[in-house]
Amino acid sequence: MRRINTEEIITNIKEMCIEANYKLASDVENGIRDAYDKESSRIGKRVLGQLLDNLEIAQKDLIPICQDTGMTIVFITIGQEVHIEGGSLEEAINEGIRRGYQEGYLRKSVVSDPLIRENTKNNTPGIIHYNIVPGDKLKITIAPKGFGSENMSRIYMLKPSDEEEGIKKAVIETVRLAGSNACPPIVVGVGIGGSFEKCAVLAKYALTRDINIRSDKPHIRRLEEELLTAINNMNIGPAGLGGRTTALGVNIETYPTHIAGLPVAVNISCHANRHVKREI
Amino acid sequence: MEKQIHTPLTKDKMKDLKAGDYVCITGIIYSARDAAHKRMYEAVMAGEDLPFSIKDNIIYYMGPSPARSGQIIGSAGPTTASRMDKYTPRLLDMGLSGMIGKGIRSKEVVESIIKNKAVYFAATGGAGALLSKCIKKSKVIAYDELGTEAVHELYVESFPVIVAIDSKGNNLYNQIS
Repeated sequence: MRRINTEEIITNIKEMCIEANYKLASDVENGIRDAYDKESSRIGKRVLGQLLDNLEIAQKDLIPICQDTGMTIVFITIGQEVHIEGGSLEEAINEGIRRGYQEGYLRKSVVSDPLIRENTKNNTPGIIHYNIVPGDKLKITIAPKGFGSENMSRIYMLKPSDEEEGIKKAVIETVRLAGSNACPPIVVGVGIGGSFEKCAVLAKYALTRDINIRSDKPHIRRLEEELLTAINNMNIGPAGLGGRTTALGVNIETYPTHIAGLPVAVNISCHANRHVKREI
Repeated sequence: MEKQIHTPLTKDKMKDLKAGDYVCITGIIYSARDAAHKRMYEAVMAGEDLPFSIKDNIIYYMGPSPARSGQIIGSAGPTTASRMDKYTPRLLDMGLSGMIGKGIRSKEVVESIIKNKAVYFAATGGAGALLSKCIKKSKVIAYDELGTEAVHELYVESFPVIVAIDSKGNNLYNQIS
């Protein structure tokens, strides 16, 4: 058995919240850079140039990449040999978020009740997804999620007979409806299979994968590639003002499902597709 | 080639602003997003005064991240404009002349823009660090308790936007789809 103190978890989460909001993961930054080189639209190229300048200013002058520093999504994978000491794990995660958003000058964007809408003033609670696996490691992914793009995400409960064509239509429709609102160039996370809630979590998790890494399943890999091409032919473009760069990547995760169903979730991220991973 | 405009944005300046034009804004503008719009709308409906005179002024749909010491403001990019659509026609009828945000607007807002000879500018979403550099002064003037959603009076210099919907209703987003 391995013992991990909650203080260590708090410190890591705090640092990860800050890091994620000031420096974009290199896969996404390189994706924007490549898109800038290739973009032929006059307005599109200008927008992509602004995004690259923005990333430089964010780091140099210590200003968050985007003012929407997100609701904090946490994926935590706990080895079953790990014993957490020093208090509640959930409280530790939220304390890490609290300290990160305070010390990192990040915006507090969470309201305590969806209807009464009072700001909690510390960006907690986060959205925490736990996963228990063999081993003695603790793996944490922090993905601050802005809601301009979150609001444009959708779930489809397709029928098995809808097949691959139905999935493609669902993804394309979601991207079309998201249009300029989701701050393109976007990253598209797709969850296929499972149940109503499982496909949504898969889609979110898909957004945390490097955009250059394709699915290891050949038929899914092909679907990712075909969807990326189709999306970039839609002429939505950077900021939704036209051009060939609408998406930087399409990541799909799958899970077994029921004989009667084909759930599909499409989770859109803006170009600030923030994610930081650490293993303790 | 950028057009320079200075606030207040009086109606005589509208004829020079066409969808697709790059514009640099200098002068006072006001931030207001979801919660501030709701408050302002309720104030109007109750016959109360607004926290600032909106005639010939520009509202920026933005809620900044906190400033570090020595900074004027934190990250300060636009938020999605369509969430304000419910409240916008009423404000345009009262003389609001410009809005800065990102993304498409409703049919009702576009019609109101034409009727009132107003303009909707798009700033680049997710470029909050870059845009914050054009904000030279910032102070909260209303609804302080809303935190980031409070109304800020901002003095901006050469704030870069593009005309997304002009006073004739030409709509850059429609031209694309």
